[in-house]
Amino acid sequence: MVKNIIKDGLYSNNAIFKQMLGLCPTLAVTTSAVNALGMGLATTAVLTGSNLVISLIARYIPKNVRIPAYIVIIACFVTIIDQMMKANFYSLHKVLGIFIPLIVVNCIVLGRAEAFASKNTPLYSLIDGLSVGIGFTIALFILGSFREIIGAGTFFNISVMLSSYNPLLIAVMPPGAFLFLGFLFAGKQFIDSRIKGEK
Amino acid sequence: MEHLFLLFVGAALVNNIVLSRFLGICPFMGVSKSTETAVGMSLSVAFVMTISSIISFLIDKYVLVPLSIEYLRTIVFILIIASLVQFVEMVIEKTLPELYSGLGIYLPLITTNCAVLGIALLNVQFKYSFIEMLIFSFGTAAGFGLALILFAGLRERIYYSTVPKYFQGMPIVFIMAGILSLAFMGFAGMVK
Repeated sequence: MVKNIIKDGLYSNNAIFKQMLGLCPTLAVTTSAVNALGMGLATTAVLTGSNLVISLIARYIPKNVRIPAYIVIIACFVTIIDQMMKANFYSLHKVLGIFIPLIVVNCIVLGRAEAFASKNTPLYSLIDGLSVGIGFTIALFILGSFREIIGAGTFFNISVMLSSYNPLLIAVMPPGAFLFLGFLFAGKQFIDSRIKGEK
Repeated sequence: MEHLFLLFVGAALVNNIVLSRFLGICPFMGVSKSTETAVGMSLSVAFVMTISSIISFLIDKYVLVPLSIEYLRTIVFILIIASLVQFVEMVIEKTLPELYSGLGIYLPLITTNCAVLGIALLNVQFKYSFIEMLIFSFGTAAGFGLALILFAGLRERIYYSTVPKYFQGMPIVFIMAGILSLAFMGFAGMVK
């Protein structure tokens, strides 16, 4: 069970690559590897917390008002993370800006609450929140790294390309986000079909 | 007057909510399969976005700021939007049944449209006055509609085209969105 949850969250049901949820932050904050990592971890923290709390109290919430109740719980965690990041990682908080409070409407978080946490035990929900969150973070990180290396020639702000490399600026601009994610999806389809072909 | 016009153009075209601010991507990808649904979705979003911006603006100004509990903004705004969507849905169902059946499932979906919450938060962040806020929200909604309907038209065309094997499905849709976003970048510089 635990192994399946982890595998689902990380790869086979990856939030971005498989379910295409939470695309707004994915496109918006992946201009660099650091931002992507920060956003991913913030979402993971919210997801883990909300999954745990919702699985603990789901049976006491009447069916009709469960969605507003979940949203309030999620919003509480988002507010905590928002305030914490403001206090401890001010510059990162400033870059991510509006996308931190917008974790509230990230479909991944509400999706896991509804689809998993409301039906499973707290321990499993905790593991599910962590693995889905980390899967999301990895996807963001891949996209962020690609865009930073190609668009700015750096990786974690350290120059990695030859000095003659002319950064392809479009990669860090808005159109680049769509294009790179499109190519990543195409790459995933290619890899998946290769894996299937070998079997 | 000129300032307000520029604000509108800026919100609708230059900083298009979907293509350059990346808000509301889910409905942008989800309901852009046909132009008809795209029109329905854009109208509902325009409606909810404008009203929720007004209400959250007023509550922020007259409740949250005087009590200095701005940190509760996220929670309050999402509650406003969720209850507003529910309320609007009920009112439309009772008074305008034709419109209701036309909008159908799009209304409840708007609660989790991050564009609506995003604009409510941006209005506060940019410290707009009431009339600026109104123009900005409406311009953004217009920009959302424009992008969504244009994109739906593009997707209808791509349906009949031959797409390379590994790009079939979502990849080509994203590439197309990238190209559309590239086109919208042409507006950059029109308004500061």
